[in-house]
Amino acid sequence: MKNKLFNISPDRSKYPTIGKDGKPEIDLSSGKFVKIWQGPNHPGVTGNMSLELTVSGDEVVDAKTHVGYLHRGFEKLFERRKYIQCFPTSIRMCVPEADSNEYCLAVGTEKLAGIDVPDRAKWLRMLTLEMSRLQMLLRIVPGQGGTMGLGIGVQWGMYLRDLILDRFEELTGGRIYHMYILPGGVRGGLPEGFETRLEENLKDIEKFVHRIDNVLYQNAVFRKRAMGVGYLDPSWVDEYGVVGSNARAAGFKRDVRKDNPYLFYEQLDWEVPIKTESDIYTRARIRWYDLQVTIDLIRQILAKIPKTGDVRAKTPNVMHWKIPAGQTYVKSESSRGEFGFFMVSDGTDKPRRINLRGPSYTHAVPLLERMLINTNIADVGALMVSLQTCPPEIER
Amino acid sequence: MSLKHIIKPFSAWSNVFRDPVTVKDPLNDRPGAARYRGFHQNDIESCIGCGACSTICENEAISLVPVDGIETKEGDSGLRPLVDYGRCCWCALCVDVCSTESLKLSNHYTWVGEDPEAFKFIPGVDKMPWDEEELGWKRPEDNYELNNFKRISMLELTPEARDKSFIEIVKGYSKQEAQEEADRCIECGLCISTCPAHMGIPEYIAAIREDDINEGFKKLYETNPLPEICGRICTHKCETVCAMGHRGDPLSIRWLKRYIADQIESDDYKKVLELDSIENKDQKVAIIGSGPAGLSAAYYLRKLGYQVKIFEALPEAGGMMRYGIPEYRLPYDQLDKDINLILNLGTEIQYNTRIGKDISMEELQKSYDAVFAATGLHDGRSTRIPGTDHEHVYMAADLLRDITSSKEIPVMEKVLVIGGGNVAMDITRSMARLQNQKFGRVQVIATALEGEEILPADREEIVEAREEQAVINPGWGPTEIVIEDGKLKGLLVQRCLSVFDENGGFAPKFDPEDTDFFPADMVIESIGQGANLSYIPQSVKDELEYTDRGRIKVDSHFQSSAKWLFFGGDIIEGPDVIHGIANGHKAAIGIDQFIQETQKK
Repeated sequence: MKNKLFNISPDRSKYPTIGKDGKPEIDLSSGKFVKIWQGPNHPGVTGNMSLELTVSGDEVVDAKTHVGYLHRGFEKLFERRKYIQCFPTSIRMCVPEADSNEYCLAVGTEKLAGIDVPDRAKWLRMLTLEMSRLQMLLRIVPGQGGTMGLGIGVQWGMYLRDLILDRFEELTGGRIYHMYILPGGVRGGLPEGFETRLEENLKDIEKFVHRIDNVLYQNAVFRKRAMGVGYLDPSWVDEYGVVGSNARAAGFKRDVRKDNPYLFYEQLDWEVPIKTESDIYTRARIRWYDLQVTIDLIRQILAKIPKTGDVRAKTPNVMHWKIPAGQTYVKSESSRGEFGFFMVSDGTDKPRRINLRGPSYTHAVPLLERMLINTNIADVGALMVSLQTCPPEIER
Repeated sequence: MSLKHIIKPFSAWSNVFRDPVTVKDPLNDRPGAARYRGFHQNDIESCIGCGACSTICENEAISLVPVDGIETKEGDSGLRPLVDYGRCCWCALCVDVCSTESLKLSNHYTWVGEDPEAFKFIPGVDKMPWDEEELGWKRPEDNYELNNFKRISMLELTPEARDKSFIEIVKGYSKQEAQEEADRCIECGLCISTCPAHMGIPEYIAAIREDDINEGFKKLYETNPLPEICGRICTHKCETVCAMGHRGDPLSIRWLKRYIADQIESDDYKKVLELDSIENKDQKVAIIGSGPAGLSAAYYLRKLGYQVKIFEALPEAGGMMRYGIPEYRLPYDQLDKDINLILNLGTEIQYNTRIGKDISMEELQKSYDAVFAATGLHDGRSTRIPGTDHEHVYMAADLLRDITSSKEIPVMEKVLVIGGGNVAMDITRSMARLQNQKFGRVQVIATALEGEEILPADREEIVEAREEQAVINPGWGPTEIVIEDGKLKGLLVQRCLSVFDENGGFAPKFDPEDTDFFPADMVIESIGQGANLSYIPQSVKDELEYTDRGRIKVDSHFQSSAKWLFFGGDIIEGPDVIHGIANGHKAAIGIDQFIQETQKK
């Protein structure tokens, strides 16, 4: 897919030499290589993570992802908390899109306990999950331009994201950490006039969709730098377990909402956007389509949310709610792709094990390490953001 | 790449003509949303310091601390939550589980301060700018509950099925029902301090949840050796202070206790309680009366190894529990289940023996190291209105005793009961049953000084009595029993306006203009019982000290001024079973200490 006219890849015929194990032989004392660190504190890195790059000139010949700057041990902390006490902790596993954590934890608990939540709660859960996706996309769509020095769309996106956070504040009582979806249901219905205000925001976002297209996707500089760069070979998708928009940009129609429908997604009318070029530009473009799909989904959900009904199922006293022994895996589609919780209960009031299967672990460690090779240093940040990696979720 | 792609990005310049969207804080500050989870507020008047907020807090940000000006009282721990904002994550679970709805979050969200210690504060006590704010996080709509506030209903006999016989009304919980009810407990422990015996209520309720009945049974016996009895007829003061009662139904602690005791077979009692071998001591203790206090003292003294002998005036053990409480509330086999364990531990009991008549107090003093007297209140008090000397005027306590002893009871066509307490209800309902058996219909009227709202009997007793067709007509003061030609005709009454004066003293006021007449063939007086202390010889009486109200003065271990003589039960405190049990337990500890000290000398 490389643009032949602008291909300025270096001559790799002399070094690095490839050893018998298929890996480059890098002799730092030869003077031909330099090791540099990108991160953990670097504007081109998404969060606290760092990349150990071995470069030759300005070309990356080897890369290693270093994590450990953000480890909070949440999965261990869960083992000492009652089920109801886990959800305020779970949200911190993926900070920018906290609702997927709450959702998976709640559904896992409900599955193990064998309880069904009221329909109204399910619709409200869908609304918050889509709003959460929307605010995340409002960051990542213009943010892709930011990694290449185009800061202009970022403020627009952040402003609109703040409007969505205002709606979250009205609905859930929190802006970032909503703590709204809890085992058994949700914590309240829609406030008065909520739909009208959200609709106004959606209209503003639709204008933004058009404007960011002009400024970013139609921008000659961005197109030149992003097209053909950071190619993700479709054969790696299954090899690495690539999910979400990264897989969709490589021609795979993967979306948990369609493949394993949960909540009431089957009742909504929408199409999964896919493309096949699989470079930075395409991945960014897929998210732009996702943004439009999400706006559409929110409108459909708002039209269908029941106005009355219970928001929470009857559960035992949460202070000593024992969950029957068993294990389950629950997943949802976050803006980054399949986001799942593996949960094991030993029959006590505290989970035996909760393990997060987040998309970033794959995307930011083995996949990124492979994709960085032969990249220009200036494109490292762009590549990383195009994979939408999230360090808090890698380490939790 | 085309010219379009070079020109289009310049469309961003259109923003030059738009107004900025930034909010300039603090110049134009925006308030938090109506549901915003901001800073804590607490209504310290309605807060009871149950600690649910502290228990649920996943960050251990809430601790309960004593507060100046708030006294510990029944149903209030006297503690209030202190929030540490160095730990809080504002999840508001504390608000959602608050048992009184006193704890809330305001929508205030900025707090700037230099002193890190200031961020630990007691909401409602430490004055904060957001204390009066209306908006903020409150527990969501009514159908959102993190606990179950509805009591698991108890299977009971219908009025039609019970009003002719003395079979037990309450059927008891099944395992599933008991576990569901036990699940509602938030383990605040407010009940422990209110229970006269300070039973480990949250612990035995936890044992029900864990389905560890043996453990629960052991917990019961730590403080109460009569669980089958208390599980049926306890006045359950614990339930009146239960934290769950503020927003819903209190836990049915009494039925849960009964559930545990019901699960254990009488034969297994000793094994479960690990009482198979008791190391005997040489010292001897005499107990007068085998009511709750006497039995309780006997159990704990026997457990310590003392040679215990109970002297009982009546032919069977149990005191008022057997001879006062009707069988439909407390069946005799359940009563015997508790008593048999105490007797099987090697406690001696001598029936039909009245102290002062069959054996003198001086003899007891000589033969025993200590004496515990718990003789109870058996002598019915009379209204002393004209006509009470008629042969068809009876005392409730006497009739109840006769019912238990299977003696013949005078059941007449029209029965009138004077009194509104639990004993009055007992005799009313017993007479209703006997009338039903004899005539196939009920014609019993109970009247009391107190009005409907302040009737001293338990509400459920009044409701059930009415279900059984008895008439409760409160708010009347009896003036005269009308007798014509030696035949009892009925009771003249006048309206009672108020029973107590401002200080709560007994000073009934009547309206002589407003009178009524209740026709009756027999009148039963049930306005309270008094103690009969004639068995105490004058020499000992002189040694004793008395309180202002004329009761025998005892110390915290129920030891009287005559050091060898301990008093307990209804004659000292109550009257009810659980006080008796608590007295007996404390007296047993006191007697043990007294004997050990005497030994040293």
